[in-house]
Amino acid sequence: MIVGSQKPIDEIWEMVKDFKKILVFGCNTCVAICHAGGDKEAETIATLLRMRASQEGVDMQVDHTSVMRHCEPEYFDPVMDDVKKYDLILSTACGVGVNFLSDRTGIIPVYPGINTSFYGAVPEPGVFEELCAGCGDCILHMTGGICPIARCSKTLMNGPCGGTKEGKCEVSDEMDCAWYLIVERMKMLGTLEKLSEVLPPRDWSTSRDGGPRRVSMEHIRAYEEKEGEKTETAGGKKE
Amino acid sequence: MKSGSNLERVILSGQPAVTAELGPPMSADGHEVVKKAQLLKGNCDAANVTDCQTAVVRISSIAAAAIAFQQGLEPVMQMTCRDRNRIAIQADLLGAAAMGLKNCLCIAGDHQSFSAAGRLKGHPGAKNVYDVDTCQLVSIMKKMRDNGLQEGGDTLEIAPKFFIGASWTPMGDPIDFRPVNLMKKVNAGADFIQTQGIYDIEGFRSQMEKIRNMGLHERTAILGGIIVPRSGMMLKYMDSSVAGVSVPKSLIDRMMKAKAAAGDDKKKARQLQEGEGKKITVELIHQVLETPGVRGVHIQAIEWESAIADIVKAAGLYPRPNIPAE
Repeated sequence: MIVGSQKPIDEIWEMVKDFKKILVFGCNTCVAICHAGGDKEAETIATLLRMRASQEGVDMQVDHTSVMRHCEPEYFDPVMDDVKKYDLILSTACGVGVNFLSDRTGIIPVYPGINTSFYGAVPEPGVFEELCAGCGDCILHMTGGICPIARCSKTLMNGPCGGTKEGKCEVSDEMDCAWYLIVERMKMLGTLEKLSEVLPPRDWSTSRDGGPRRVSMEHIRAYEEKEGEKTETAGGKKE
Repeated sequence: MKSGSNLERVILSGQPAVTAELGPPMSADGHEVVKKAQLLKGNCDAANVTDCQTAVVRISSIAAAAIAFQQGLEPVMQMTCRDRNRIAIQADLLGAAAMGLKNCLCIAGDHQSFSAAGRLKGHPGAKNVYDVDTCQLVSIMKKMRDNGLQEGGDTLEIAPKFFIGASWTPMGDPIDFRPVNLMKKVNAGADFIQTQGIYDIEGFRSQMEKIRNMGLHERTAILGGIIVPRSGMMLKYMDSSVAGVSVPKSLIDRMMKAKAAAGDDKKKARQLQEGEGKKITVELIHQVLETPGVRGVHIQAIEWESAIADIVKAAGLYPRPNIPAE
C-alpha cells in the first residue's frame, strides 16, 4: 500500500489560511490504514482548522468528507457536485489522489494534507516499512525476495558496501542493511551462489528516470471499447 | 601493461607496492594540495586522492589529482558512485585520462548523511545518485579501456587507459560473504584492491586464506590498508564506530599507555602517542606484507601526510623502486 503521514498542522494552516470555504477530503484506502488521511483523520484536521481559524479570528468554513478511493474517477462521481462548492480542497489522499482530483476540479485548487512517503507494509500495528521502490524492473527472484533498490540506502545491486556494521546500515543503527538481510536469506534458501554473478548497469528508464510512466492494457482497452459500442447500440445511438 | 602507470609497473615488478593518501582541502586552496603532494612524493608509488570523503565537499578528486600529477606525484584518482551518473562518470574518466591520469579507484562512497561522522554540517539533504554501483563502475572502466566502448555502446576513438582499483572490507559484515564480494570486483575487472584499515591481523589472515583458495590473489593485486593511528582515542573510535574495523585491545592499551606517560603535558602526550602510532604502523605494515597473497600496502595517514616519509623509511620501504616506463 501507499504510506503517508500527516503534515504538521502549522504547515497546513499556512497553506489554507487565506481561503474561506475549505473541504478536507479523505481517502479510505491506503492512507486510512496508515492513519494519515482516512475519514477519521480528515475530520480531525477539519476540527483543528476550525479551532485555529477561531483562535486567529479568521472567518472560515471547514467541512470534511471522504470516499473509498481517490485514484479511480467513479468514486468521485457521487460527491463531485458538493466538492465543487468549496474554494479549496485539502486532500488527505496520497499524491496520486491529489493529482488525480486536481485534474477534475477546474478552477478549484487541490492542496495536499499529507506527505506521501513510500510503498510499504505494516509489520506491526503503527509501524510502516518501505519495501518496494516501484522501479519497473523487478529482480526480487535474484535477491531472496528483499529489494536492494528500495531497502539499500545506496541502491547497490552487487552486494553490500563497506558500511555494514552488525547487520545495520551506515546511515543509522536503526536501519537494517538490505544486503546483510539478502545474504542471510539466500543462505537459508540455499541460493547464495546466485549472488556471485555481476549484475550489469541497469536500465533506469523503467523507473522514474524515464519520465512519468503509463501502463496501457490493450486487451482491456479493446474490451471496454466493444462494450461501449454495445451500450450505444442498445440506447438507439447507432450512427 | 594495461595503463603503464607507475603503480602498475611496481606491482608487475613483484616488489611490494606502497600507496598513500592525499585528502583534498575543504576550500579552493590549491596550495594545500601542492604541499601535501610534496610530502608524499618519493615516499609512495602512487597516492589516492579522495573523492569528497566522509561526504564533505572538498576540491574534486580529479582536480586535486591533476595538481598532484603536475607536482610529480602519481595520483590514484578516487571515484565514488554517490555523486555522478554514468554520463558524468565517463566524462570525468575521459577528462582525467586526457590530463594524463592513469589510476582510478572505484568506491561506493560514504552516504551523504555521514557529514564527517556528524562533526561537520555536510549536505545530509543531498540527493544521491548510485546510477551504478562499484562493480558496475569497474566494468564500465574496463569496457572503455579494453573494448574502446562507452557503457552505452558508442565507440571511443581514444580509449582511457586506467589501472582499475576497487576497495575491499575484509572484515565487514556479513563476513562470510566478503570473499564473494571481492571475487565480484575482480570478475568485473579490478586490477588492484586497497583494503579497509587492518588492525586485527589474525582476522585479516583468515580472510586472505579464503582469498588464496579462490585464487583471487593471482588475478588482482591486493594492497593491505593501514590507517596510521594518531591517538588512543582515535583507535577506540575506529574500534567502536567504523564498520569493518576492529582494533585489538593490546594496541589501544599501548596508545593509552603512551598518553599516560606524559602526565598532564598535552603537547608531550600528543608527541608520545604519535610516536607510538608510527611504531604500530610499521609493525602492521610488516605483518600485512608477510601475509601470503598480499602485494603491497595502502598507508592512510588521515590529515597527517607528513608522517608518511618517516613510516615508509622505518618500514624499510624507502627508496621506492624506479621502474622506467616501456
